[in-house]
Amino acid sequence: MSPQLHLGVFFTGVGPQLIWTDPAFATHTHIDAFVRTAQTLERGLFDAFFLGEGLRVRENRGRVHELDVAGRPDAITQLAALAAETSRIGLVATQNTTYNFPADLARRLAGLDAVSGGRAGWNIVTTDNAWTGENFRYGGWLPHERRYERANAFVETAKALWQGQPVDRHDDLIDVTAGPTVPARPVLFQAGDSAGGRDLAARHADVVFSANTDYDKAVAYAVDLRKRLAGHGRSADSLRILPGAAVVLGDTPAEAAEKARYIQREQVTGPRAIAFLEQYWGKDLSGYDPDGPLPDIEPAEGELDPSRGTISIEHRTGKAERIAGWRRLAAERGLSIRDLVIEVTPQHNTFVGTPAQIADEWSRYLADRAVDGFNILPQLVPGTVEDIVDKLVPELQSRGIYRTEYTGTTLREHLDLPA
Amino acid sequence: MSQPLPHLALEIGAVPAGAGLVADAEAAGFALVTIADSPLATGRIEAGVRAAHLARRTTRIGLAPNLHVTVTEPFHLATQVASLDHASLGRGAWVVGAESSPAAYATVGIPPLAGPDLRQEIADVIDVARRLWDSWEDDAVIRDRATGRFLDADKVHHVNFTGARFSVVGPLITPRPPQGQPVVLGADDLGVTGRLDVVLVAATTIDEVADRARRARADGAPLVFADVAVGAGGPADTWGGLPETPGGLSAGTPGDLRELVETLGPIVDGVRLRLADPVADLPRIAAVLGRAPVTGPTLRDTLGLPRPANQFATAA
Repeated sequence: MSPQLHLGVFFTGVGPQLIWTDPAFATHTHIDAFVRTAQTLERGLFDAFFLGEGLRVRENRGRVHELDVAGRPDAITQLAALAAETSRIGLVATQNTTYNFPADLARRLAGLDAVSGGRAGWNIVTTDNAWTGENFRYGGWLPHERRYERANAFVETAKALWQGQPVDRHDDLIDVTAGPTVPARPVLFQAGDSAGGRDLAARHADVVFSANTDYDKAVAYAVDLRKRLAGHGRSADSLRILPGAAVVLGDTPAEAAEKARYIQREQVTGPRAIAFLEQYWGKDLSGYDPDGPLPDIEPAEGELDPSRGTISIEHRTGKAERIAGWRRLAAERGLSIRDLVIEVTPQHNTFVGTPAQIADEWSRYLADRAVDGFNILPQLVPGTVEDIVDKLVPELQSRGIYRTEYTGTTLREHLDLPA
Repeated sequence: MSQPLPHLALEIGAVPAGAGLVADAEAAGFALVTIADSPLATGRIEAGVRAAHLARRTTRIGLAPNLHVTVTEPFHLATQVASLDHASLGRGAWVVGAESSPAAYATVGIPPLAGPDLRQEIADVIDVARRLWDSWEDDAVIRDRATGRFLDADKVHHVNFTGARFSVVGPLITPRPPQGQPVVLGADDLGVTGRLDVVLVAATTIDEVADRARRARADGAPLVFADVAVGAGGPADTWGGLPETPGGLSAGTPGDLRELVETLGPIVDGVRLRLADPVADLPRIAAVLGRAPVTGPTLRDTLGLPRPANQFATAA
């Protein structure tokens, strides 16, 4: 049998990629929208349904950010409910190792694994963000450079408890005396792309959910990761690589391209373009026309507040140079504020085309062992996932790279991971 | 002229049985199940997870996991209970737990609290949970195409709570739950009666129940439920055996139970039954106490508790 593609959907539940302005966008916090999505994916024989995590509602200049979809449930609670509405699909909760107690989280994940009959997964994330920590007893306690040390210790603790071993560990990263959970073996996912994240993946993860989606980056990432696996005495096939991917399907290439443009315009609305620049300017820019030229005023002194939850770490410094570059680009090409923001926030990791085109492209990724599958980020819920299940999945099946029925019942079996 | 029978609740924490038992309790007219739990109960599925799973296997009955303020992050606890309420379309509840043994605290590495410090901690966690449930106003999500605003930031509030031992800025990551605030239950001996929606009284005589119920109401409790251990004190072969932790009143035979519940009718608003073997005993209990299923749709509706106004709501 040729290698098989594994698919998940990463349902962040919040953020600018979700197009709430479209009339077909479901009432996103209603349980029915989640049930419908998970059942659709199960019909499409997906390996897993993922929920994201963010433990503080995003803000822009001290106020809750108004423009993006916000508000979502606790992931484990929601997935336990969905376990009752599905029978095969894996249920993966993103949970961080900084603002949780290891024994408590291990116990809840074990519970999810038990009620779902072995379908639980844990997407392990770290955070050192003191701004998020303001919602917790121990806010901002962990130095940035130690977040993966804590994550490793946390995962070791959880694994021991799941395997029936009590844990009695007391050091500066972990303080726990606890008895075992109900027997469990959640599939471990890891998404961090730093050296610390890759190393955590090589040590503990069953699946990596990487951002290395472009073909060349995917190949380089796979090579690097397999080397790290060997360093930890693990076989190359003990880990699945599922980079994040957005998918835009059309019946013709032109229709797909048109849809991709629509999505991008809806994702970068005028108010969002202004809000995007405000984060860098640090000033109220609401008086500027998003379809007009860039603000002529100078940005506020100082770097960005690194804690507002909307800007990636690498973009938190060097703002003066960044803004100067944007001004040059806008002047050269006559870009409006909105054009510029669309230009500088390109649609990363997006596959645009007919179902057959995308199936061909994914076949190549799979044949070259660049990936084991993709973790799809939908823009429209439930529209995107229904299109993928009804149109793309049959193309993958006809190429012999995607299952035509579930052969196992657990997430570990779906992913064909070592027993 | 007979009093209306009190509400029925069933404690299922010690029973590994799944949805079938709870569906049977629902069919027999029970208003809710409580799911006792402890961080030290190594063989149990965590109560919040169980409740969420049951949310989609039932349609009318309330679901009240026992979550301990001592060994959790208050922000997570509030999010979990709000999410249970969303998943169950308004049947979510929380039995306030305060497991405070050194062994329980050792699971999270927090120095143990006792006495007034513990009581303060319980009060703080309930207070912050209620504030967080209110942190999104009901109409915070506006989806206004014209201005591009998904929500109205004036209706999503920082809670800025500072308790004795922790602080939480908020808002919750989860919009306001269907019930506004899920139903909060707890024992009268926690010392936080005024903060509860339903006070649980475990007393061994009717007089003591009456006395403690009177005190709970004076302290502001909207509803009082009495714990009844079914099987305790009766012939051992009458029921499936004795409950794991007796406590509360006891009823030995089906006839005793019926009579006891009728006696309690004028004294309390509900009874919570604790059974050693609910799977075996529920049909016999249904035969003497059963009634039409509750109609809800929310647990607050079932219990006659109003949906609370939002403490952050801006005057219109």
